[in-house]
Amino acid sequence: MDSVKHLRFDVAVVGAGPAGIAAALAASDSGKTVGLIDDNPAVGGQIWRGAQSVPRHSASSICFERLNKSAVQIIRGARVFHAAKGELAAESDDSAIQITYGKLILATGARELFLPFPGWTLPNVMGAGGLQALVKSGLDIAGKRIVVSGTGPLLLAVAAYARKSGAKVIGICEQTTRSRMARFGLKMMLVPGKAVEALRFACDLRGIPHWTDCWPVAAFGNRRVETVRISRQGQTSEIECDYLACGFHLIPNVELPRMCGCRLRENFVEVDEYQQTSVPGTYCAGEPTGIGGLELALVEGEIAGYAATNWEDRAKHLFAKRARYQKVVRILKDAFPLRPELKNLARPDTLVCRCEDVPHERLREHGSWRAAKLHTRCGMGPCQGRVCAPAAEFLFGWEIDSVRPPLFPVRCSSLAAIGSHSAPQN
Amino acid sequence: MSESVSVRVNGKPVTVRAGATVAVAVLASGATCRASVSGQPRSPLCGMGTCFECRVVINGEPQRRSCQVLCEANMEVEANG
Repeated sequence: MDSVKHLRFDVAVVGAGPAGIAAALAASDSGKTVGLIDDNPAVGGQIWRGAQSVPRHSASSICFERLNKSAVQIIRGARVFHAAKGELAAESDDSAIQITYGKLILATGARELFLPFPGWTLPNVMGAGGLQALVKSGLDIAGKRIVVSGTGPLLLAVAAYARKSGAKVIGICEQTTRSRMARFGLKMMLVPGKAVEALRFACDLRGIPHWTDCWPVAAFGNRRVETVRISRQGQTSEIECDYLACGFHLIPNVELPRMCGCRLRENFVEVDEYQQTSVPGTYCAGEPTGIGGLELALVEGEIAGYAATNWEDRAKHLFAKRARYQKVVRILKDAFPLRPELKNLARPDTLVCRCEDVPHERLREHGSWRAAKLHTRCGMGPCQGRVCAPAAEFLFGWEIDSVRPPLFPVRCSSLAAIGSHSAPQN
Repeated sequence: MSESVSVRVNGKPVTVRAGATVAVAVLASGATCRASVSGQPRSPLCGMGTCFECRVVINGEPQRRSCQVLCEANMEVEANG
């Protein structure tokens, strides 16, 4: 049986992206013990993945430096798979970890929304953020032909990053309309710091076609993608490529908040002005409270960290700053709604659940997510519906509200180790 | 720390930069990560540990998410796509 580590913190923070790091730093200002737990091999979350070696990145390097000097205990490579009152269970490569805490801050971030279309399961069809994450993790894409598609501002960032990494970005297929995209650009100019960022992107992306009203309808290839067929303002055409990077904006990781009993509204975690959830003593910061980007995540994390250590004055001081960035949530929501045509991309034999290989035609006959799961095993593979459930929600209008332990597949020995010390209760 | 690290993917030596994930080594080797339950080749989708498409066998241990594991010298990776 694996060993079990027992850890106790005044404040436990789950997720070491910008929100979680900001929360942990603020909480440790008070001298309280703080634990920062993350699934990834390094801190930084997705946006700061690999940024440890990029000293020029000011916000990230300042945060990393402060974190290294702080008393925050960082637990990397550990995924939280269960939550009970005042207690978390996690698993790392070599042990089960039982964490008890006084206050809990959830900074679980977001993931990309993937929508099924014929060929989307081919190797080298990846998320937009997915491709970027792999390049940041060492994938060499120099000279590779890449089509970036889906929706949201991430497409621009990914295209710029891919080009800087030596790839040939053939085009950006953005499903939203030209007018929404234009309004998005104008509105973002009014958010502090965003005008500079927009100019930088415009410069980095010069010469790369940016097509609006455009989305992938199918990908083709023998064992890996070779061609993508796109629909562009009503016309279809085919583009040869080595990678298709495709993501339909972000969805919040609310599985753990849900398990903790936090109330959700429209799939986001409800919080009060101190970032406290409906569960007293449990806070939430960053994307799970609303997709709003880096600056909002940082300030929300800081507020949560101070509030969790009874430093309301310091938290209050940040309310105005948060309000300035909160408008981004609305701007993004207005700019990138998914168009109904995307519901018709999957053909009867197109897989929706990639873990259990369940095609669209076997799902559509069911009336609910639960019925579909019970009859087809959709959402019951290792990803536990993290990919197909949000897709099914969009395609079929099903409400996805179930969550049960363990939150991730874990070793039997971890379950046994945790169970022998305290029976998990939900 | 050296600047590169070598692992074997399906017995074939692959050199990647230090700090690279196993998923990167698998892609660099030309292999695909896993075969799906109906036998289709699959490779990483999300790149951040949520989709489980990048599962491989690392040093004999199955079901490892290769995008969440860093390459270490002489690792044996089996990618069964």
